[in-house]
Amino acid sequence: MDNSQALSPTTGESAAAAEPLVALRGITKTFPNVVANDKVDLDIYNAEIHALLGENGAGKSTLMKILYGFYRADAGLILHRGEPYAIRSPQDARAIHIGMVFQDLNLIPALSVAENIALFLPDLPAILKAKEIAARISEISKRYNLQVDPHALVSHLSIGEQQKVEILKLLLSDARLLILDEPTRVLAPHEVDALFSVLNRLREDGYAIILITHKMKEVLACADRITVLRKGRVAGSLLRSEAYENALVELMFAKKIPALQVSHKAQHAQAGKPLLELRSVGTRGEGAETSLKDIDLQIYPGEIVGVAGVSGNGQKELGDLVLGMTDCTSGVKLLNGEDMTHLSIQQVRKGGVVFIPENPLAMASVPYMSVLENFSLTNIWRYARHAGLSMDWQSAKIDAQSTLANLGFDVPLYVPAKALSGGNMQRMVIAREMSHQPRLIVASYLTRGLDVQSTLSARKALLQARDEGAGVLLISEDLEELFQLSDRLIVLYQGKIVGTCTPAGTDVYEIGHLMTGSEVNYAPQG
Amino acid sequence: MPRKDKRQSQSNSLLRKALDLVARYALMVLVVLLLFGLILLISGKDPIQSYKDIFSATLGSSYGFSEVIVAMTPILITALAVALPSRTGLINVGGEGQLYMGACLATWGAITFGSLPAWVLLPLMLLLGTLGGALWAFIPGYLKSLGLVNETITTLLLNSVAPKIVAFFVFGFWHSPMDTNKTPNFSSAARLPTFFNSRIDLSFFFALALLAAFWYVMKYSRWGLEMRAIGGNPQAAKRNGIPLNRYWVIIMCIGGVIAGLAGMAQVSGYYGVLLVNFSRGLGFMGFLVSWLSFGDPLGILVTSFVVSIIVTGGNLLQLTSGIPYAVINILLAFTLFVVLARPVFFKRKEA
Repeated sequence: MDNSQALSPTTGESAAAAEPLVALRGITKTFPNVVANDKVDLDIYNAEIHALLGENGAGKSTLMKILYGFYRADAGLILHRGEPYAIRSPQDARAIHIGMVFQDLNLIPALSVAENIALFLPDLPAILKAKEIAARISEISKRYNLQVDPHALVSHLSIGEQQKVEILKLLLSDARLLILDEPTRVLAPHEVDALFSVLNRLREDGYAIILITHKMKEVLACADRITVLRKGRVAGSLLRSEAYENALVELMFAKKIPALQVSHKAQHAQAGKPLLELRSVGTRGEGAETSLKDIDLQIYPGEIVGVAGVSGNGQKELGDLVLGMTDCTSGVKLLNGEDMTHLSIQQVRKGGVVFIPENPLAMASVPYMSVLENFSLTNIWRYARHAGLSMDWQSAKIDAQSTLANLGFDVPLYVPAKALSGGNMQRMVIAREMSHQPRLIVASYLTRGLDVQSTLSARKALLQARDEGAGVLLISEDLEELFQLSDRLIVLYQGKIVGTCTPAGTDVYEIGHLMTGSEVNYAPQG
Repeated sequence: MPRKDKRQSQSNSLLRKALDLVARYALMVLVVLLLFGLILLISGKDPIQSYKDIFSATLGSSYGFSEVIVAMTPILITALAVALPSRTGLINVGGEGQLYMGACLATWGAITFGSLPAWVLLPLMLLLGTLGGALWAFIPGYLKSLGLVNETITTLLLNSVAPKIVAFFVFGFWHSPMDTNKTPNFSSAARLPTFFNSRIDLSFFFALALLAAFWYVMKYSRWGLEMRAIGGNPQAAKRNGIPLNRYWVIIMCIGGVIAGLAGMAQVSGYYGVLLVNFSRGLGFMGFLVSWLSFGDPLGILVTSFVVSIIVTGGNLLQLTSGIPYAVINILLAFTLFVVLARPVFFKRKEA
């Protein structure tokens, strides 16, 4: 990490004199209701790591998908070595050696690493020369410290390893400009450091790298040049040597954001009866799901229990288990001291449990129904009249409006849910779930897709509910969020709770090692 | 002000929707007519004259019109038997089998209790008919709720079982002394009353009442809301506490009840006797109608009417022009192909 910081200014400045490898000029892209990119200019140079910084929804991914030919710009020009070049498809982009690693990795789990890479090669012969490909993979992976076994099945690889395969895939197909879309989102802290050292090696060999991120620390750790996007526009572009944190924050948000004051109770009322208790619960995961093993967990009224883990280690399943989506194959689930192991979701919800799922579009909303109808879905029994023959939309509307107003959210009620932006969808779900004094809140990725203001009010609402005596199970990949809000932290790894601690008694690296199952001497606290 | 704007835009979009719907049907009908005209030309008939005959025999006279209504009744009912489950994402291809089972049980009632007065016998047959349909739909619904088999496959396969069961009872036990392939004529108490001096029977009003109930329930009731949620996003519906599996079983059974009612009406109203293989695809026509109209109540009414014109007109062509009945199936098949090719018709609009 220190190494990269020392290197960056020199390489950055020397490259600035040269002609850009790729230049974007006046790129504009509109989606219904949203201007995703508004006259964006961007220069990409060889042998540079160019960070594209901005909060969620600032237009970073859209811009890069235009460069990769995934979207087509409404207006604007792409110059390749000074010449206009039309990129209409990813094939066009690959022809000028541009490659992209998407946020959700795109490997085929049933095939081996070598086969996955071979599939992507432009000059794939009719008969695979498996040995030759494996040899090339080994050679490149050695040079850039991207060790993976070419013969391993992708389904057996961790997310971090899969990301390495994605990068190898691009290198073997002769990409010279690598676009990485939030590569660190799925990585533990020490894996992030390893990724950055790989990127440094690539830069030394002259590769151009675009790193999409919204994390300030990463930008300062490895970028040579930083472009900040805000609401689809370039808010500023600077060299690493000119950049410092406060300036970048101001560019990103255009205003100062008050810090959230969180008071953690030193002694929470663990003496009382737990709100939720899981006693050595196990589940059987189907398909791509993770099986939970021996989960012992208590959530007491008035506390936030944070769940840390690399995605895919059982977080989704833990939330589903509490709600009753998945059945326990062993163990007991107690709500308020009463057995709820076999209750239906409706009964669990009537018991005051609410659920903010990780993907509100797929898991919480019905796209063709109006926002108000969606709003009523979790509480239909409250609004049904005449034995179900009609619905009291008036009181549903009043409830929706007052909850939204309390949270400071502005979401239209009479449009189909599918017309909402990702942020508004999340706001709708948060407001819906918080609308009737919940007693136990299961929140996965509470602030995903929210702007800074809404993030703040969502967190405030959670803290307020906690102070009023609700218990919270907060599942997140954002360690900062977990450390800030949680009274207690548990770490999930491969479906097991591998650590329980308080935020004050640990640090991100310790949690990170637990998250990835690395061998460290670690004595669980609390 | 904003309220006014909203109302205006609402009526605008309603008008656009209506025009769009009309254009959609007109274009499809035109393609079907052209394709079928080609078949008629090849077989040496004058398509224009044939179409004229069809028109005068269906919409051209009050008798023709009543025959269209008669043909439309079972199609409308079986379309509802498909449309209701489709709102929860279930694909009920089994209307045909459920209709056969409804007819079968209703016939058992008519034969066993034939001496009862109509006011007891008809409700009893109705009950038995709906029970038969429900039974036949319960199997796929239950298997679906267990997560074992897809309901599309089970309903489709059960379609070929039900007529065999009917044949078993008719050939084996119920056949009349004269014919082996049908039961004796039902007693008059077992017949649905007819109206307007035509063959239109009580089941037509059942059909309209069911259509209205379907519309009301989907639009205003709690259950409609829950069903639309299940159909729109089953995962979200489940997480929001809507009991998916219970709905799937019950709704499938109600679909069977409706199709069974159509079967009961066929034997009690239209035929007055149970014939082996009496339904030449009424259930499938209902399926066609339901998907053609996206399960929309008004669309179901209009589409089943149009399909009935084809069927009635086709019957007439068979009688007057000496065209074999199979040709009607060709006409219906063309209709189905055009329906399946729907995306082609609307490509430009969706883009």
